[in-house]
Amino acid sequence: MKTLFAKVWDRHEVLRRDDGVSLLFVDRHLVHEGSHHAFRKLADRGLAVSRPDLTFGVTDHYAPTRPGHATDAIRGMMAGLVENTARHGIRCFGPDDPGQGIVHVIGPEQGLTLPGLVINCGDSHTSTHGAFGAIAFGIGATEVAHVLATQTVWQKRPPVMRLTIDGTLASGVTAKDVALGWIAQLGADGARGHAVEYAGSTVRAMSMEARMTLCNLSIEGGARCGMVAPDAVTLEYIRGRAFAPGADLWDAACADWLSLATDPDAAFDRDVTLDASTIAPLVTWGTSPEDALPITADVPAPKDDHARDALAYMGLTAGRPLAGTPIDRVFIGSCTNGRIEDLRAAAAVLSGRRARVPGMVSPGSAAVKRQAEDEGLDRIFADAGLEWVDPGCSMCVGMNGDTVARGERCASSTNRNFKGRQGQGARTHLMSPAMVAAAALTGALADVRPLLRGRT
Amino acid sequence: MTGWRAFTGRAVVFAHDNVDTDQLIPARFMSAPRAQGYGRFLLHDHPDRDTLSGAEIVIAGRNFGCGSSREAAVYALVDAGIRAVIAPGFGDIFAANAVNNGLLPAVVADTAALRAAVDAGGEIAIDLEKGTLSAGEITETFTLDAAARDKIVNGWDDIDLTASHTDTIATFIKTYHGTYPWSRPNPKGEPTCA
Repeated sequence: MKTLFAKVWDRHEVLRRDDGVSLLFVDRHLVHEGSHHAFRKLADRGLAVSRPDLTFGVTDHYAPTRPGHATDAIRGMMAGLVENTARHGIRCFGPDDPGQGIVHVIGPEQGLTLPGLVINCGDSHTSTHGAFGAIAFGIGATEVAHVLATQTVWQKRPPVMRLTIDGTLASGVTAKDVALGWIAQLGADGARGHAVEYAGSTVRAMSMEARMTLCNLSIEGGARCGMVAPDAVTLEYIRGRAFAPGADLWDAACADWLSLATDPDAAFDRDVTLDASTIAPLVTWGTSPEDALPITADVPAPKDDHARDALAYMGLTAGRPLAGTPIDRVFIGSCTNGRIEDLRAAAAVLSGRRARVPGMVSPGSAAVKRQAEDEGLDRIFADAGLEWVDPGCSMCVGMNGDTVARGERCASSTNRNFKGRQGQGARTHLMSPAMVAAAALTGALADVRPLLRGRT
Repeated sequence: MTGWRAFTGRAVVFAHDNVDTDQLIPARFMSAPRAQGYGRFLLHDHPDRDTLSGAEIVIAGRNFGCGSSREAAVYALVDAGIRAVIAPGFGDIFAANAVNNGLLPAVVADTAALRAAVDAGGEIAIDLEKGTLSAGEITETFTLDAAARDKIVNGWDDIDLTASHTDTIATFIKTYHGTYPWSRPNPKGEPTCA
């Protein structure tokens, strides 16, 4: 009787040392501009990339979202990745590639992300790929260099926590709210050291995009990785994608992937349950993703120094309603919520209406951008007064110069409300794309549900 | 990397909870080559950054180093002369990055006694093999995975360690790809324009 996690882990274990640390084979290694430290380490030791055929590069962290906005430094970062990948024979989705986009969006989109794999990338949101039933986790530069050199990674087997979510999500409630909900309940370190398997009827009913949002935010609850067992929804998403198995291997692949699901009597190290029907649209009020509350709540009275400090940074007063807090701008995008469904959800709220504040919509990839334009979503955003820009990590992390000004308040579909994350002194409120759209329309934190009436 | 077993140094208290890696090093500094030194970027935008001036050991709050996988957060601490961080808990990726750079992430559930001792005195003595932290009259034990401890003590480098397993890895991958041929990227794959 084994868990999904155990099944995938066991087939990748090359060896296990006496101290319990295992050497795992890595099926896919994804690199981006930030991997320059690791390539430097490799160059210093005169080492080659062990398996360029299993390594893929993409420009995303520094990718400019508007023409003419790249500084020399930004161009240098992107050129560095293109040179490093070319030198080692690695396929790179560079700035002008039709497959370019955020690494955690393009992996699944290109069929590089598959069930049963071990996937590494020098980025903490690598947990996203676990939505396919892969063990996917972020690593630091030393480990990136190690994977480049050996196609393996040393890891101690983590305990596994099952998070069972049952019930139906109400209209206007999304995977983002589920994720912020459990993190608020357990804490930003609530799942620390654990691999999390998301189970239950709510998860089974989710699209792949929603499962990716859920797994993406695993790291914000401290988890090493998040996983969802592959099912018919997973297979349907993968079929026909560029790097996915062709017809010759498809049936065997599907049979294997479906066998990965946790066995009925498998034991977990920890079990947590969540009732989906009780979840409301959430927003964060502080500077950690655990600082989340329903939009109908008031700004909480600070219970400790962290909360006091967070309220001061955010410029909020305890006891005042969260709804109605004026915002300065909005951002829709990121590896958390930059996929086609996210854009559709925001567009459904914005359609035929005008935003009261400025904002940007950055699709998660060039392919998402093309699809959104085919569906006319770009015009909905533009008609609402929002800027439709190119794909990249953009205003989630601000490395490409897309930042929120000091003291400005931004309603954002991203993953981190850390101090300074979106720019020095920027105030970030995390929420779902539909909730960002509601904030754009009202110019304040707002409940999306009344704005959805008659629309869904 | 040089290993170490014991260290005594100036400790300071930086008690904030959830000090994430974006605070430890803001993203805008991460394009710099390491050779330039990262110490000056440490907690660059934090109002209390001066607290760490001259510190070699930091007693931190809950969930230190949560967030991004940026190893640059560890570079900033190491290049600023920090040898150990003591906290009730660390972000997993941060802790792994720390160990890979000889920075000790020492887990102590309740740091109150150490904080009081440091406020009165200022130095902490670390004994990695005994797993103890001593400040004045106080001695606390810390938690650290045995494998992580051995790595810091011996200054081990994973690439060197793995080199002895090169043949085992090659054999493993051959068998693995034979068993799960669909796990490889489809060689016909090219980016879709769909």
